[in-house]
Amino acid sequence: MEAINNLLGGSMVPDVLFYVFAALTLLCGVLVVANPFSRSPVTSAMFLVLTIISMAGLFVLLHAFFLAAVQIIVYAGAVIVLFLFVIMLLDLKEEQRRKIKLFGIVTGLISVGAIVTISLKALGAMPPGAEATAPQLEGGTAALGKLLFTQYVLPFEVVSVLLLVAMVGVILLSKKDLK
Amino acid sequence: MNWNFIIFSVIKIAIVVGVVQGMVAYAVLAERKISAWIQDRVGPNRAAPPFVKAIPGLGPVLIRLGLFQPLADGLKFMLKEDFTPAGVRKVYFWLAPAIAVIPSMLVIAVIPFGSQIGHQQMVISDLNVGILYTFGIVSLGVYGIVLAGYAANSKYPFLGGIRSSAQMISYEISMGMSVIPVLLIVGNLNLSQIIGWQSQHGWLALYSPVSFIIFLVASFAETNRLPFDLPEAETELVGGYHTEYSSMKFALFFLAEYSNMIASAAMMVTLFFGGWTLPFWGLDHPAGNLGMGIAHILVFLVKMLLFVVLFIWVRWMFPRFRYDQLMDLGWRKFVPLALVNILVTAIVLWAKS
Repeated sequence: MEAINNLLGGSMVPDVLFYVFAALTLLCGVLVVANPFSRSPVTSAMFLVLTIISMAGLFVLLHAFFLAAVQIIVYAGAVIVLFLFVIMLLDLKEEQRRKIKLFGIVTGLISVGAIVTISLKALGAMPPGAEATAPQLEGGTAALGKLLFTQYVLPFEVVSVLLLVAMVGVILLSKKDLK
Repeated sequence: MNWNFIIFSVIKIAIVVGVVQGMVAYAVLAERKISAWIQDRVGPNRAAPPFVKAIPGLGPVLIRLGLFQPLADGLKFMLKEDFTPAGVRKVYFWLAPAIAVIPSMLVIAVIPFGSQIGHQQMVISDLNVGILYTFGIVSLGVYGIVLAGYAANSKYPFLGGIRSSAQMISYEISMGMSVIPVLLIVGNLNLSQIIGWQSQHGWLALYSPVSFIIFLVASFAETNRLPFDLPEAETELVGGYHTEYSSMKFALFFLAEYSNMIASAAMMVTLFFGGWTLPFWGLDHPAGNLGMGIAHILVFLVKMLLFVVLFIWVRWMFPRFRYDQLMDLGWRKFVPLALVNILVTAIVLWAKS
């Protein structure tokens, strides 16, 4: 904590780090979907790990330490390892020869467009130079837990139930005989 | 930018990394000596630089203890041919050993290995989410092994990689949940604060023994040590994920395994056995002078080495699990046990308050 404050207390360092992490996030994100050197799904998954780690770096710069740690534990540490697990068991050669389909490009562009529109709206709501609103909570876990279990308890529980439903569904699907 | 901070951090990082590397070298020797002792053998007792034999009295003893064996091993690793088999995926083949080593080095950054010397806290980075940081970094360790298995492009390493990914994810869950009672009791994620709490109230292993046992077993699984060394099971997978590696690249996997072992020993000492504190001789509060500061570091090192010896000892005492037994233990025994443990701890704490 003190160490990070010491490091971030300087004038230029956070700004430089922000650009480094942002550039890494974007670059690795692009390389996940459009890597000119390799069409191997494993390479894509590894770039996804790098993207997630750079995003955790951005969270640290925002003093959201808990979020940064959870981002790495859940996504880089578990979800993408499972991706790799599945990818490695597939027939990769066929996947690499597969042509890029028009349908994929169109849907991809539509979702990119939607996200860009949302970002532009968000940016427009706060013109450059305006004071940013103060964050509601610091990165600590106590404040986050309090918010989750008081103000946001309903959405939190709904999401939990959703995850449980997904889990039960997976177990049901993977059972061989359903009787 | 605080230059004082940067200079002291660099010094601490250099010393900690150096000490851990040295400990890795001698942990390998300890492993060989302890295994020899358990199996009624002698162990390494020959390696000696030429000048040592000339020392009267002491020289032969040093040689018999095998103290120069790590030097010989290191030299051997560096001089061996670094062979790259024909069919490997080159990029990953080169990256995997590095990816295996880096997390094992990074974990040690948040562990307080002493109280303070002068005004310097004896910890590289005193994060307020220290435990989460270690779990995050440890969870990245699996990539080194999975990629090594994938890069080798042959069957046995591949099976090793697949096994390790399933094993490490499974045991990460019970490991993470086993620590939650500790966090509930202390009410803080900062490792220094956890040690501070233990110096006032006593070691957490006494408060939450179930947590400690789950954590201990899960860390055996996370470091791929016997009885959980299925990713590299020699008798079934030849050598598992590092079958195709030779020379320094193989040495890096070795280094990663032993520094992971040291890091998890350090974590166990910090979380459950009071870190650098001892409940007597006034060792339970931050040091006021240089002597006490050094004494704290020594206390920490001794506790940690006891756990390293435990790791080694267990390896030579127990047979390997079967894969279904491994999964059964992780998912059907430890996960429910850890959940019940969290619930019981929470109820007790609630009743007390």
